[in-house]
Amino acid sequence: MGNNGSTSELSSRLLRLVIVGHVDHGKSTLVGRLLSDTGSLPEGKLEFIHDICKQQGKEFEFAFLLDALEEEQEQGITIDTSQIFFSTAQRKYVIIDAPGHKEFLKNMVTGAADAEAALLMIDAKEGVQEQSRRHGYILKLLGLTQVAVVINKMDLVGYDEKVYNNIKSEYTAFLDSLGIEAREFIPVSAKLGVNIASLKDEMPWYKGPTVLNMVDQFEKKPPPDHLPFRFPVQDVYKFDERRIIAGRVESGKLKTGDRVIFSPSNKQAVVKSIEAWSVPEKPDIATSSESIGFTLDEQIFVERGDVCTLMDQLPIVSTTFDANVFWMGQRNLEKGRKFTIKLNTQEVECEVVEFKKAIDASTLETLTNQDYIAKNDVAELTLKTRTPVAFDLFGSIATTGRFVLVDEYDVCGGGIITTYTPATKSDKLRDEVRTRDFNWIKSDITPDERAYRNGHRAALILITGDPGTGKGPLARILEHSLFQNNFQSYLLDRRNVNLGVGADLDDPKSSGEGESARRLGEVAKLFLDAGHVVISTSNAFHQEDQADLRLLANPYQVVEIQVGSQSSGEPDLVLSLDEAQNAKEASLKIQNFLKEKKILMGHNYSI
Amino acid sequence: MDHLDELENQSIFILREAYKNFNNLAMLWSIGKDSTILVWLARKAFFGHCPITLVHIDTTFKIPAMIEYRDRVAKEWGLNLVVGKNQKALDEGMNHEKGRLVCCEALKTNGLHCIMEEHGYTGLILGIRRDEEGTRAKERYFSPRDKNFEWNFKDQPPELWDQYKTSFADDTHIRIHPILHWTELNVWEYIQREKIPIIDLYFATPEGKRYRSLGCAPCTGTIESTAKNVDEIVEELKNNTTTSERSGRAQDQENTYAMQKLRARGYM
Repeated sequence: MGNNGSTSELSSRLLRLVIVGHVDHGKSTLVGRLLSDTGSLPEGKLEFIHDICKQQGKEFEFAFLLDALEEEQEQGITIDTSQIFFSTAQRKYVIIDAPGHKEFLKNMVTGAADAEAALLMIDAKEGVQEQSRRHGYILKLLGLTQVAVVINKMDLVGYDEKVYNNIKSEYTAFLDSLGIEAREFIPVSAKLGVNIASLKDEMPWYKGPTVLNMVDQFEKKPPPDHLPFRFPVQDVYKFDERRIIAGRVESGKLKTGDRVIFSPSNKQAVVKSIEAWSVPEKPDIATSSESIGFTLDEQIFVERGDVCTLMDQLPIVSTTFDANVFWMGQRNLEKGRKFTIKLNTQEVECEVVEFKKAIDASTLETLTNQDYIAKNDVAELTLKTRTPVAFDLFGSIATTGRFVLVDEYDVCGGGIITTYTPATKSDKLRDEVRTRDFNWIKSDITPDERAYRNGHRAALILITGDPGTGKGPLARILEHSLFQNNFQSYLLDRRNVNLGVGADLDDPKSSGEGESARRLGEVAKLFLDAGHVVISTSNAFHQEDQADLRLLANPYQVVEIQVGSQSSGEPDLVLSLDEAQNAKEASLKIQNFLKEKKILMGHNYSI
Repeated sequence: MDHLDELENQSIFILREAYKNFNNLAMLWSIGKDSTILVWLARKAFFGHCPITLVHIDTTFKIPAMIEYRDRVAKEWGLNLVVGKNQKALDEGMNHEKGRLVCCEALKTNGLHCIMEEHGYTGLILGIRRDEEGTRAKERYFSPRDKNFEWNFKDQPPELWDQYKTSFADDTHIRIHPILHWTELNVWEYIQREKIPIIDLYFATPEGKRYRSLGCAPCTGTIESTAKNVDEIVEELKNNTTTSERSGRAQDQENTYAMQKLRARGYM
């Protein structure tokens, strides 16, 4: 949306600058001083602060300009991050003052997450402290590597060059270990205004820029237009005759006429129009960070969480990946407990399956033999989601390679995806299915036309349960009664598939790790493509086989009917053993369920 | 993409997140410029429609022209508008002479309380901005309020990478602030670019006075200005950045932490 081809570009945009560092090393004072020395304060504001300080019997504090909360002023610490606007002769800024107290790390993260550059403050007298290191590490995790270090309170150490050099070499070594190179180490006194807006005479040995010069040299991040197109679907609107897929372009570009694919469903369509309201001209292209909406040439089912991309630049789809995570929760992040991962607009249950390395972020020491991390610590770990998610590695597309973890109601952690190895069988199968779907030659008869003729949509009915529970007879009766109602039903018996299609498998039950299930799934897929209601039974199906069948049958619906109460997963319908005994009644119940699910619609039903 | 596009796109993203995640959502419309651009942004986000109910808290002390403008725009834009009032307090004769902060809390905060309870809203969209005053500078885009409407500013949820707090306990609600990152100048530049019909109380009278911020008649003052239209207001703001926008709002000046106290108890 907005004006395409606008010329004012980067220079008119704000640079987001965060100030971080250990508590009481002078972050808020630096910001207050910057505002004051550049004449950015409203009239009367300084006098107002003078009055407050006087009231409280305190010396004048620049920090009070930002620490607006009563509690902050009384205790002299920043509790929550503040954002204020600021301009130099060069450009405009949002300065984010982050708290340095360990207790408020989550507020520091909030402040730093969207910043483009950082000033990290170190007190000359106290030297490198716990949060100096932890904040450095968090910046790295947030992908924020445009950093300058400000060595403050030089007046308290007699403007001594040696003190400066010691801190510089100690902290340089620390940053090196993170792979961050500081742009500059600036010795200052924020309180006295030394080297903030102008170079003063106190430290003739320092020849570098002032703080103000330094921030003007930071670069604005270019928009990620050159990267592959990524569009996580936010919502689908139908306020009028248009069905609009809404969301934000996270990277790359989209044009009308582009053929797009939605992951993980692998559905495809062509972009018919890019919609916008009250714009000079209807757009035909959208670029990164635009919140847009578009219509498609076909009415395919798309929902929030799907990731739309171009055909030749697909995201990774998997349930398992490695990530670096920082933790801010009161309760520990531990193995086996369930959390919700929010990755762009996807929201799925997940758990940590392995802690590769737990790290104390203030020392970078590895915490050995630890299968959890506590508040303020970080870890390299493997996450597993309940259903597949679409993502990229943080190193290739940052905006689709990062996530937060939610514990109950609260965001408690953040992470970046570092590596992905398609290790599992499902990952391999998913890749195969994707290739198959891309190359599938479509019939001229659409699934909707078949459904209209047949009076039902295609679906795979999977009857599961223990041996001897009457699944076989039930399946036969279901097939028959559907047939009598003029529906296209077919009982696909696994044994028949094994006789022919699986004849080359020595022992279908044990060989090839689910190869028999894969073949059954592929045969079922052909029948589904022909529009049938396919019925199959099994007691031998493991949980994994069922997941594979669902994967293979996609995008057709799979309905699992479970006989007996032993839960084998998440059946759509459960029949008690007694119910299953009366196969006719049970078959009726299943048919009613299929009607409810709009799979059986009846003939002459207009779709 | 220029800076206004950047602001607009972010606000649209937030509005859409709010619309998707809250079943019972309302947007506070004070008739002022900020909440009016919010309505405009909603129409951008939802392609010409505003599917979110608008709530106006009527203190009965509003400048009369505001009510006329409200009803006219609501009709023209096809808005679903609900008007709330703290009738009990009004019946008991509440007004600013009983104390400005007492009055704000009774007629605005509690007026809002009444209507939220009546309709069971769990998400409330507001047009506050960080540059207005110090406690708003510390706000989140999605900011939880407990069952007593209180803002626990000492323990706010983390907010990163546009992942917001969208799950919450029963009895609590979330305040959503889609234009938190805009400045007063941005708002006027946007009104200028989009040609949004804004209430004319913001424009200077022949006597050289205009409102810079709108509220109740007894507690809202005018400023000296010759800016007669949007273009002139943009110019005026570019040249004068040293007086505060809310200098005409008497309740802010009541005491040192006035706004923090009002806001902690549920004020906008």
